[in-house]
Amino acid sequence: MSRLGIIGIVIVAIFVLVALFAPWIATHPVGDTDLMTRYIGPSAAHWFGTDSTGRDIFSRVVFGARISLEVGIIVVSVSVVIGTIIGSLAGYYGGWLDRFLSGYLFNVFLAFPGLLLAIAVVAFLGAGLNKLIFALCVIGWVGYARLIRAQVLKVREYDFVQAAHALGAGDLRIMAVHILPNAIQPLIVQASLGMAGAVLSEASLSFLGLGVPPPAPSWGVMIEEARDLSTLQAAPHALIFPGLAIALTVLAFNFIGDGLREYLDPRQRRR
Amino acid sequence: MKHKLFGVLRRIGLLVLVVWTVVSLVTLLIELVPGDPAVAVLGEQATPEQLAQFRAKHGLDRPAFFFGLPSDENGRRHLRWYGLNNRYKDYWVAILHGDLGRSFRTDQPVKDLILQRYPATIELAVVAMVIAVCIAIPLGVMAGKNRGTLIDNGLSVVALVGISLPSFVIGPMLVYVLAVKLGWLAPSGRFVWSDIILPAFTLGSALSAILTRMVRSSVIEEMGENYVRTARAKGLSERTVVYKHVLKNGLIPVVTVLGLQLGVLLAGAIITEKIFGWPGLGLLLVEDGIAKRDYSIVQGCVLAISTTYIIANTLTDLLYRWLDPRIRVS
Repeated sequence: MSRLGIIGIVIVAIFVLVALFAPWIATHPVGDTDLMTRYIGPSAAHWFGTDSTGRDIFSRVVFGARISLEVGIIVVSVSVVIGTIIGSLAGYYGGWLDRFLSGYLFNVFLAFPGLLLAIAVVAFLGAGLNKLIFALCVIGWVGYARLIRAQVLKVREYDFVQAAHALGAGDLRIMAVHILPNAIQPLIVQASLGMAGAVLSEASLSFLGLGVPPPAPSWGVMIEEARDLSTLQAAPHALIFPGLAIALTVLAFNFIGDGLREYLDPRQRRR
Repeated sequence: MKHKLFGVLRRIGLLVLVVWTVVSLVTLLIELVPGDPAVAVLGEQATPEQLAQFRAKHGLDRPAFFFGLPSDENGRRHLRWYGLNNRYKDYWVAILHGDLGRSFRTDQPVKDLILQRYPATIELAVVAMVIAVCIAIPLGVMAGKNRGTLIDNGLSVVALVGISLPSFVIGPMLVYVLAVKLGWLAPSGRFVWSDIILPAFTLGSALSAILTRMVRSSVIEEMGENYVRTARAKGLSERTVVYKHVLKNGLIPVVTVLGLQLGVLLAGAIITEKIFGWPGLGLLLVEDGIAKRDYSIVQGCVLAISTTYIIANTLTDLLYRWLDPRIRVS
């Protein structure tokens, strides 16, 4: 795998460990405000400094990793499962079902600019972690469905699938045993790019005030709280560290996605 | 010819179908509001008369759709047919008359609010796109021409970083450096021409990174073609070869992406407008719509943004067919 891909895996591994062991890594309780220690720059006592209410930014960034990765993992898993089921139904059975699913339903979901549909759903449902996850799944599945449909269309024509048919295997068996394992490779690439997208969307919605409500230490919420002019002037680090955390996580998943794509596609590897 | 016309008609048919679904979704989304929208807007202390008046005014006292599943006094649900006396039909009739309802809070027509804000958003998106293209073409060409070198690898990493840095991180950082520290530009608002620089750059940065990658791979692909060898054999300078011959062919896929990305920019503008207080549709949606629970504004904005997006996509698709005849067949 490419060097960047490995770097991506290392960064993600670090963030996963940080998220898992957050209570032991954080140096201060996340919610503790202390107006005597507002706007302190990075120091030995507060590694990333403190924000406008004196909360320790390092500890909040550490706990923020939990929210980001939790949302990312749930959203991508649910979207992959739903997308795989719907996509393989469309690709395998074809006919009117495919015309309805890929000709109409996919296009409707792709007709919304990604984030807008999520914003609309959360705007009406109300903010909250579960609603945010639901909204991101609503927009997330269709990309996987389209991908799997195209793969299934290709794989179902292969000789071994025809052979399985001839031997009398049922649809479910052909799908699960013969087609899907051979169709799933690009899905892995898409899923790691999807993790980047989900982390970014969670932060965006939280930034807009539609995600995890404050005082939860979501990176998006931290940036929203750090960007008013007085905080920006007194404590730019309150913006920089959560911003770096988002950028690093998203970058790492993008690295992994790009690396996997090259690794799985030998034609690109030779270039 | 027949094929071509059929393709175009199919595309327009799909457009109509998708717009119909989007409008239906937007009208019915208000059913998702937990509890009573009237209480959500007016607050718990509103009197029953005020609530009833509000519901009657905005049609909330009437069924949402042609049929529903209301529960009777025993809590059981039954399918009930309401006929034409429903909000869904009213909404359609109103839309076809150019009416998007009135604001739940200020009672202004939503259509006027949207038309007031629409030009600012389009202006922002277009300037962002121009900035992105101006950055991406030279960088992409430079990376593609020097494939595999340090320049190429460096630009690829910069592009990936550009894609990964969200606008709500870049934006406030630019505000910090250029507005707070250096004092060159205003941190927010839309008063003088220079106010558009920060938001447009912020909005366009991710796009410029995506385009750089596309131009790069396009240039690499086209550089191997026979016509490039011919052009070189004719003794044309490398500059002429790249900018006159290679780019002309290599930009076709980029044009498609531009059209599709216009929609992405419209959605991204929601965040950028919030960062910079840019008075466009996004700010209307977030501050007047969502924050104040003014659901009719939310509906109107979602409708306006997604319709623009759908139309832009369809136009791009048709333009692409026209530019590259090979796709008409498939």
